[in-house]
Amino acid sequence: MKPVRLTVSVMAAIPVSGCAGIQTALGGQAVQSSDFVSLFTIFMVVCTLMYFVIVGALMWAVLRRRRESEACTVETGKHEVSTPQSRVALIAWTSVIAVGLSALAVASFFTDRSLAAAARNPKLAITVTAHQWWWDVQYTPVDPSHIIRTANELHLPVGVPTEITLKSDDVIHSFWIPKLAGKQDVIPGRVTDAQILPRQIGQYRGQCAEFCGAEHANMALDVTVESMADFKKWAAAQLQPATAPTTPLAAAGFNYVTTRQCSVCHNITGTPANGQVGPDLTHFASRKTIAAGTLPLTTGNLYGWIADPQSQKPGSQMPTMQIAPQDLHAIVAYLETLK
Amino acid sequence: MTPAEKARARPANVPRDGPDLTGPELEARLHKTWSRPRGLIGWLSSVDHKEIGIRYIVTALVFFAMAGLLALHMRLQLATPDSNLMTPELYNESFTMHGSTMMFLFAVPVMQGMQIYLTPLMAGTRNMAFPRLTAFSYWMYLSGGLMLWISHVLNVSPDNGWFSYVPLAGPQYSPGKRADVWAQMITFTEVAALAVAVTLTATILKQRAPGMTLARMPIFLWSTLVTSLMVIFSMPSVALASSMLISDRSVGTQFFNPAENGDALLWQHLFWFFGHPEVYIIFLPGTAFVSEIVVTFCRRSIHGYSVVALSLVATGILAFGLWVHHMFATGLPRVGYSFFTAASMSVAIPTGLQIFCWIATMWEGRPRLTVPMLYVIGFIFTFVIGGLSGVIIASVPLDLQLTDTYFIVAHLHYVLIGGSVFPLLGAITYWFPKVTGRMMSERMGKVAFWTIFLGFQLAFFPMHISGLMGMPRRVFTYPAGMGLELWNMLSTIGAFVVGAAVLLFVVNLLASLFRGAPAGPNPWDAPSLEWAAASPPRPYNFAHIPVVESRTPLWDGADSLRVVHGLRVDEPELLLTTVISATPDLREPGVAPSLWPFVSTVAVAVAFVCSIFSPWALVFGAVPIGIALTAWFWPKKPPPEGEPVIV
Repeated sequence: MKPVRLTVSVMAAIPVSGCAGIQTALGGQAVQSSDFVSLFTIFMVVCTLMYFVIVGALMWAVLRRRRESEACTVETGKHEVSTPQSRVALIAWTSVIAVGLSALAVASFFTDRSLAAAARNPKLAITVTAHQWWWDVQYTPVDPSHIIRTANELHLPVGVPTEITLKSDDVIHSFWIPKLAGKQDVIPGRVTDAQILPRQIGQYRGQCAEFCGAEHANMALDVTVESMADFKKWAAAQLQPATAPTTPLAAAGFNYVTTRQCSVCHNITGTPANGQVGPDLTHFASRKTIAAGTLPLTTGNLYGWIADPQSQKPGSQMPTMQIAPQDLHAIVAYLETLK
Repeated sequence: MTPAEKARARPANVPRDGPDLTGPELEARLHKTWSRPRGLIGWLSSVDHKEIGIRYIVTALVFFAMAGLLALHMRLQLATPDSNLMTPELYNESFTMHGSTMMFLFAVPVMQGMQIYLTPLMAGTRNMAFPRLTAFSYWMYLSGGLMLWISHVLNVSPDNGWFSYVPLAGPQYSPGKRADVWAQMITFTEVAALAVAVTLTATILKQRAPGMTLARMPIFLWSTLVTSLMVIFSMPSVALASSMLISDRSVGTQFFNPAENGDALLWQHLFWFFGHPEVYIIFLPGTAFVSEIVVTFCRRSIHGYSVVALSLVATGILAFGLWVHHMFATGLPRVGYSFFTAASMSVAIPTGLQIFCWIATMWEGRPRLTVPMLYVIGFIFTFVIGGLSGVIIASVPLDLQLTDTYFIVAHLHYVLIGGSVFPLLGAITYWFPKVTGRMMSERMGKVAFWTIFLGFQLAFFPMHISGLMGMPRRVFTYPAGMGLELWNMLSTIGAFVVGAAVLLFVVNLLASLFRGAPAGPNPWDAPSLEWAAASPPRPYNFAHIPVVESRTPLWDGADSLRVVHGLRVDEPELLLTTVISATPDLREPGVAPSLWPFVSTVAVAVAFVCSIFSPWALVFGAVPIGIALTAWFWPKKPPPEGEPVIV
């Protein structure tokens, strides 16, 4: 199998190609994912070796006494004779497989144990609730008045063991940030959990990995691993209520959002908008994407999204409403103040 | 005379084959006895295993082509990032139809079709054990497939994937009839597959030619026996699951609803308890094609016959202990996962032994690189990659990253196309002269082989990398800039190369059907019994039932096989033999063609399809089903007295 060489070249190509590789399983930016990379390398070496042994034997066997002519005869009585060496080879081959598999199984078992061990004593607890098709994120501190609620983004302090409790509001999803850890399914009626111990500061991307309906492809999560100082700064900002509008246009947007359809589903802390169905918008403008990674957060995309979510993400729970152009300007202006 | 003596007495006035009734006269009379009536009614009434087998294979290949076209459409959508060629709804329907059709309407049925066609010929008998049940199974299979594809045309095809996980497929998240169509398609194909499995098992255990002990059976019959038993043990699980799903959806049960203490994971256990053995039900016949082809073209009987046969049995048993490896990410207890890792890896042992035996057979024989043999070599090159990536994902820590990514898409296609479709294409080329009496073109066959082999690698190898780069399965699109563009474009190009190669294979098939060089009964000088029958075989298969004295009867039997005499010529009659040693046991009256299996299928199909709309359909539908089955089983004449065979 060629992947060893290929994966090496792919890994080498990552830094030069911008954000390519933002979701690769070969990154290893947390304890959990670097365990994957080492174990995967061991498996690849063993499997590649086995592959070449097998196809080498095959090609030798085929080409050794290949018959070119059309002659199609068989020597009666001789077609069943086999040599004693082949019996030895059979036993040797079986032993090689058994020993190889046992070694791999043991390596796999110990990696699994070390994954379980790395998860002990979490210092940060987060609850992620999966919805069709977005992620509700809630940081649970000791002091219940300090709950941070956000959506479709995750901020993690580097070097802090984090425990993520996973719940589903509807169907089965799967929580997956390849550069940090493997998948954990999110199953309605059950509570599951994932552990992450990030080791490297950076921007990563997560994505739902279990088919969950029409917009399964557009259910991503932006992940920021940052220094403890940056994380604290971010958390302090998140704890603030939404900033009040300062321009007349933003004030009009505030009026629209807090008194019309928007507030039925969305919460903006510090305002009358307190819907609990859709993503929390209190610090919406500090995020990087709209609608769980569907679109980058730019003014143009925001116009497009609010005017007609159903053409951007067909099937999304957010309906397309007939919004007058002046209202649209106001809403966008207001939302952009929600840093 | 005691009753026993009376039974032993041989009615003298009945014509039987024997030294005094042989040659053209015997063949003419057998032909008259075993032929079915002409015309549409006769066609619908056929119980000939060869006709039913061919219908199965042709139908399955048509479904294969349609599911393949869906794949090409999806590859076009994925060729570039953020593509708008398909809507998410259409994409989700397409991959659901692709997977469901490939697994339920192509892979299992095509293998069963090959088994229906070949088993009686290889075993040296004249028909299947329950030929009307076999006919019924074909009509059921066809009905299920038609229902699914007509729904697709009517835009009510399922869209939850071939695995139809709950609660997504439950009443709350899948309103409408799409998920019901899927569940009932499963019911159709389950009934069909189970019916075939029963007839194949009975045929192999009771109808082998005298002398063909279990230890002399062709490897193909071993694999047929093992896969049929696997069908019997695994399919009820998914039949149960789909029935529970449809009752959740139509009569308000709550098996899978977590809000009412139902369990979403129960579905996954039931589905994969079937779903994993299913993979081996598809793969083991592929390995058996390989064993038959290797023997014929290396001029050597299989190296390590008992190793190969026992590997098939071992794989069949191990296959039932692996299902949880599809659920490593669900958060079940870790100690249990370790068991399933070990069990999944251990499947590599019997598979590795089979590969050893094929290579050793080539080593000790004189391989000739005909088209079927090329497919065997392509199979080993390809399948071993799939097998090794299977070892990789058997490990829990690795699977947690790789599961539900394109790495798995690559793995499963390496295993299923490499492990089953390549051997199948080789097998079609190999047995084509038997079925049609004509040879397929070698030259076109070689071009098709190389195109499909290279196209396949181009299409599926890059998926390992796109999976590692973080591309999840079942996404209708992916964003630009994640490093996925190149690999997806390569996959799309490869997919179209494969499409062209399959087209070339079909052209070769059709051209050879009309213009191929005529083949005698045994053009490859192969060793097994089907090559003793005419090409194409007569309706009665063999004028006299052959006697088998070795594993390679046509290589060891000097110029002609020894035969048994004494089966009736005026009525269809079969020779039953004992299960292990295949000594003659009983004569069994054969079965005349009958329209009732078809009529029963119509009644069952109406009930199943209507049950999508109302559960009462099963109650009222039972009446016509009962009438049809009663007519089917109505005794038409007094059963003949049992006649022991005079040996």
